[in-house]
Amino acid sequence: MAHEDVKSPYYLPPGMPAPKPAPDGLDTEFWDAARRHELLVQRCRRCDAFQFGPEWICHRCHGEDLGWHRVSGRGRIYSWERVWHPAHPALKDAYPYIVVLVELPDADNVRMIGNLLGDPMRDIAFDAPVEAVFEDHDEGFTLVQWKLTG
Amino acid sequence: MSTDEFTVKDKVAIVGIGETKYYKRGQAPVSEFRLACEAIKKAADDAGIAVTDIDGFASYSNERNDASRVAAALGLPALRYSNMFWGGGGGGGSGAVGNAAAALVAGYAKYVCVFRALAQGQFVRFGQAPAVRALSGPAAYTMPYGMSVPAHWVALRTRRFMYEHNITQDALAAVSLAGYHHAQFNPRAVMYGRPLTREQYDKSRWIVEPFHLYDCCMENDGAAAVILTTADRARDLRNKPAYVMAAAQGSGYRQGASVENAPDYASSNFKSLAPRLFAMAGITPRDVDVAQIYEHFSGAVILSAVEHGLCTADEVMDFFTFENITWPNGKLPINTSGGNLAECYMHGLELVNEAVRQVRGTSTCQVKNAEISLVVSGPMVSPVSDLILHG
Repeated sequence: MAHEDVKSPYYLPPGMPAPKPAPDGLDTEFWDAARRHELLVQRCRRCDAFQFGPEWICHRCHGEDLGWHRVSGRGRIYSWERVWHPAHPALKDAYPYIVVLVELPDADNVRMIGNLLGDPMRDIAFDAPVEAVFEDHDEGFTLVQWKLTG
Repeated sequence: MSTDEFTVKDKVAIVGIGETKYYKRGQAPVSEFRLACEAIKKAADDAGIAVTDIDGFASYSNERNDASRVAAALGLPALRYSNMFWGGGGGGGSGAVGNAAAALVAGYAKYVCVFRALAQGQFVRFGQAPAVRALSGPAAYTMPYGMSVPAHWVALRTRRFMYEHNITQDALAAVSLAGYHHAQFNPRAVMYGRPLTREQYDKSRWIVEPFHLYDCCMENDGAAAVILTTADRARDLRNKPAYVMAAAQGSGYRQGASVENAPDYASSNFKSLAPRLFAMAGITPRDVDVAQIYEHFSGAVILSAVEHGLCTADEVMDFFTFENITWPNGKLPINTSGGNLAECYMHGLELVNEAVRQVRGTSTCQVKNAEISLVVSGPMVSPVSDLILHG
């Protein structure tokens, strides 16, 4: 359980791939906002549908005028898993770790992937409430992590 | 024009099957391309046709050994059809067969070969994340969090389904033990002579919960191929034809939505396909005698079986027992060659070969009087595909 040994403020060890905004500009705002500790979900300006991951067209009305909507950062654990096999070299000594799939009720239940901070061996309930935590990396990006609330 | 004319049902058959020796990853002594050619030659031999009679190819999952190179290497007089099923994973295993069938019914070609060659020892491993410094696009929302390989998203879907329907590890173990059991009768199987007990299963390391090591497919080197032709030609060939009774492919509503945003998430993505498949075949799920269901990971077999009506979600714990899904006594033997878990991970094309053997009566775990043989390809990716053969 490397999370306890490592002095790093990050949930996973250094060397994991960093997120980079898409070269076509599709999600620059999302990653810029995460840097400011704001969580954004793409939203259609014409029909108000939420969608995630981002896309160039609204799946509901086919509108092309898509904006970004700031959400509270509160969600619930739709599914989760405890990962033991290091599929990336950087994870060689850093397992198990928890991956959560979080649903955001204030954005039409779109889902995001992240890690659940804290002891990876604890029991985790489906549908448990969580809140976004912004993990700033020195390299200039911010990951959106999750912690249990309530 | 009657609706009958818009179906491939009974108009096409698989007439030849072939495969190389199956190897553990990294152990094939020859190149992946040579493996592909060998499987194709064996399938032609099995069909009783000349390799040069082949005039079409279909494959899936970005098969590296492209049809033009193969056609040139084998000196085919003409390539009349070449087709690639979109999407990754094993989702196109049955779809490539369906596309070959469609081409034959349309008259594009006379003998279409579906093949898949995969030497994970010579190219990228599916179970390893790319060691890159930065990622953009959908992967930027998953890989930095260590959610990077198929095991991870299949586990997330499976766990939600298990939670919603009170399914325990016992059902997953049954799938794994069944595959290993069947492989013990199959000399082609990489795990032939390597039986698995429940105790070994329970003690094996977790890859990602709920998948132990033995819930996960192998990584292999090898190649497999099948040859299809029209029913009228099939009748005169060497082996008993395995007629294509139905083939379907596709995806449910936004199953391809990125970052795990398929609205119907705890799904194998067969809810929209299975009704079409059985409607084309004109049979019900009860009529299926034997099933080959793609198992990159055991849990996906369970969701696929439910979505094909082989059992309901509430019946999973009664249906998925070792006794019920194994040859010779099970009510519905599943993955009778050992499949992806224990025969060879030939991206699920080995499951098509086994489905053909079952209707020919030549499986090493031959289900008595098997007439209706189901193949399910690549659950939980998009698009997916499925196939029913009959003797």
